[in-house]
Amino acid sequence: MQAFTTVTGTAMPLDRVDVDTDAIIPKQYLKSIKRTGFGPFLFDSWRYLDPGDLTVDPATRRPNPDFVLNDARYQGASILLARDNFGCGSSREHAVWALAGYGFKAVIAPSYADIFFNNSFKNGFLPVVLRPEEVQVLFDAVKADSKQQITVDLPQQQVRVPGTPAGDLAFGFEVDPLRKARMVRGIDEIGETLTLGDAIHAYEARRREEAPWLFSR
Amino acid sequence: MGGKTLYEKLWDAHVVAELGAGTALIYIDRHLVHEVTSPQAFEGLRLAKRAPWRRGSNVAVPDHNVPTDHRAEGMAGVKDPISRAQLQALDKNCAEYKILKFDLVDRRQGIVHIIGPEQGLVLPGMTVVCGDSHTSTNGAFGTLAVGIGTSEVEHVLATECLVQQKSKNMRVTVTGRMGVGVTPKDVILAIIGKIGTAGGTGHAIEYAGDTIRGMSMEGRMTVCNMTIEVGARAGMVAVDDTTIEYVHGRPFAPTGALWDQAVTAWRDLHSDDDARFDREVTLEAASVQPQVTWGTTPGMVVPVGGRVPDPAEAKDAAHRKAMERALQYMDLQPGTKITDIRPDKVFFGSCTNSRIEDLRAAAAVIKGRHVAPGIKQAMVVPGSGLVKKQAEDEGLDRIFRDAGFEWRDAGCSMCLGMNPDHLSPGERCASTSNRNFEGRQGAGGRTHLVSPPMAVAAALAGHFVDVRSF
Ligand code: SF4
Repeated sequence: MQAFTTVTGTAMPLDRVDVDTDAIIPKQYLKSIKRTGFGPFLFDSWRYLDPGDLTVDPATRRPNPDFVLNDARYQGASILLARDNFGCGSSREHAVWALAGYGFKAVIAPSYADIFFNNSFKNGFLPVVLRPEEVQVLFDAVKADSKQQITVDLPQQQVRVPGTPAGDLAFGFEVDPLRKARMVRGIDEIGETLTLGDAIHAYEARRREEAPWLFSR
Repeated sequence: MGGKTLYEKLWDAHVVAELGAGTALIYIDRHLVHEVTSPQAFEGLRLAKRAPWRRGSNVAVPDHNVPTDHRAEGMAGVKDPISRAQLQALDKNCAEYKILKFDLVDRRQGIVHIIGPEQGLVLPGMTVVCGDSHTSTNGAFGTLAVGIGTSEVEHVLATECLVQQKSKNMRVTVTGRMGVGVTPKDVILAIIGKIGTAGGTGHAIEYAGDTIRGMSMEGRMTVCNMTIEVGARAGMVAVDDTTIEYVHGRPFAPTGALWDQAVTAWRDLHSDDDARFDREVTLEAASVQPQVTWGTTPGMVVPVGGRVPDPAEAKDAAHRKAMERALQYMDLQPGTKITDIRPDKVFFGSCTNSRIEDLRAAAAVIKGRHVAPGIKQAMVVPGSGLVKKQAEDEGLDRIFRDAGFEWRDAGCSMCLGMNPDHLSPGERCASTSNRNFEGRQGAGGRTHLVSPPMAVAAALAGHFVDVRSF
């Protein structure tokens, strides 16, 4: 897995609650059997005025000028600002692949759907939870000044917003210590689990005794 | 020490190693695989030169992409080359790693969450995972069943385990008798309307109460299926005689002495009387009416006798904006009577509602009537080849066909429209599926979620109608 320590950059405000994974990456792109190449289709049906699928070159499609992803001021953003329940719906990890493929390194929101949240950590893409009023401060800052720099610092568990009209701001965030450690060091989780191979074998041996029907197929 | 919840019993029985801070390595008994979320996982396995830890736990089936016609032609009937490539990738991966798979032309093929229970591949007390959020369906059998992403699919293939964080416990108790014409789908939609689309986040939900106890396994599966629509990964129901009767005699269920031993163990799969829940929600079944969603999340739902709500009544600015957006997308005005809404298409299928009992209940609504002229398409997609066969043996296919419904082969179909069945921009659909997100059934398509009898009634009437007086 790709390691994540800190990222500093501008942020794009996506001011909607309940953004679901169907919106993040629509179904027609899930036919791909690769992990890469989803960036151009991120928020596909909000981003383009014309329909698309894997066979249509996105360069031939008209961008929707009203959608924030096409707003010139927010180009090059590496952090996405979002609202409650971001990533709800389907388990498709393609949603994270699309966000990361587009160039986002982290998302900041008051809450996430569980599966999306979990998928993010597996891809070196950090979902940060801040309090709703803190997220509001970030939305205000970024809407007032699209060039506002924001730092997401995982080791320090802090989001820093320097030089705002209200001064230098910093918000702490919580993160599960195990996930944090893995992400900071970019650890291969499967490899790590396999180091517990003996424990898995021991568990299986015990369960074969207790509940043999679980192993008949 | 207090008693345990069902979730805690299932969790404790599957801990391989404690990893600290509420996280554990959890053993997985059954891994269900489909074509969409698995190719990258198999690729990862291959690149790392790893092999499946325990082949026998994995079972695969193609469902999301498969066309619902020309089934006898097998792969040749899959006209879209990109879909075909994905289906062939599943074939190749299962062949290479010797994983049991039900082929396109196999009678046992069907939606992944339908075929597990149908085959007895999902048994009480198991941990069940699948790269699909509606895996919670299997929780109806007193299992811990969660949807996972593709990285976790690879993790399960390679290790037979998952690193999981323990959830909080929530109990949803439904009591009393459901009214005539009210179905488990209406109950779960009412629950979602009540607790909201993120009300269950971080929780495992146990559905309890005499209403749930009184439901068949099909009904319980419908309820557990939509657990993810309140943000909870796992939904479950305690094991009772109904569960055990359903499992008995299924092709992969244990037999003989092993069966007796299993049943004894399964009898303990319920929450202890003194178990503690972090959150309790109650619902009176008698208050539940047939439900219809009007917006773009399953929580945007009202009884069929109601009207499209007014964003002015939203609880805060963010929700008002979301409601306004939803109304615009759905092309609806506040105050419109639900029964004045006219669908263009009707889709009856999906892992929520495509089991035999759903087909029977919906067929009973028809009573010799015909699909209304304003309906462009009305399709019935049974959840599996075996459901389809049973329905045909009972003559249900004739009832649907005579009424003007298309009778299709099993698959996910227009629930998400990855195959050729989908909505065109602007089309409105009465659907028995589980998600009404923007574009879910096709770019620009508008989805209203309902029960099977309500969907069929809407097809016959040409607009939504209260099935209780139809
Ligand atoms: S029927 Fe729909 S919700 Fe169920 S597994 Fe298929 S696509 Fe997912």
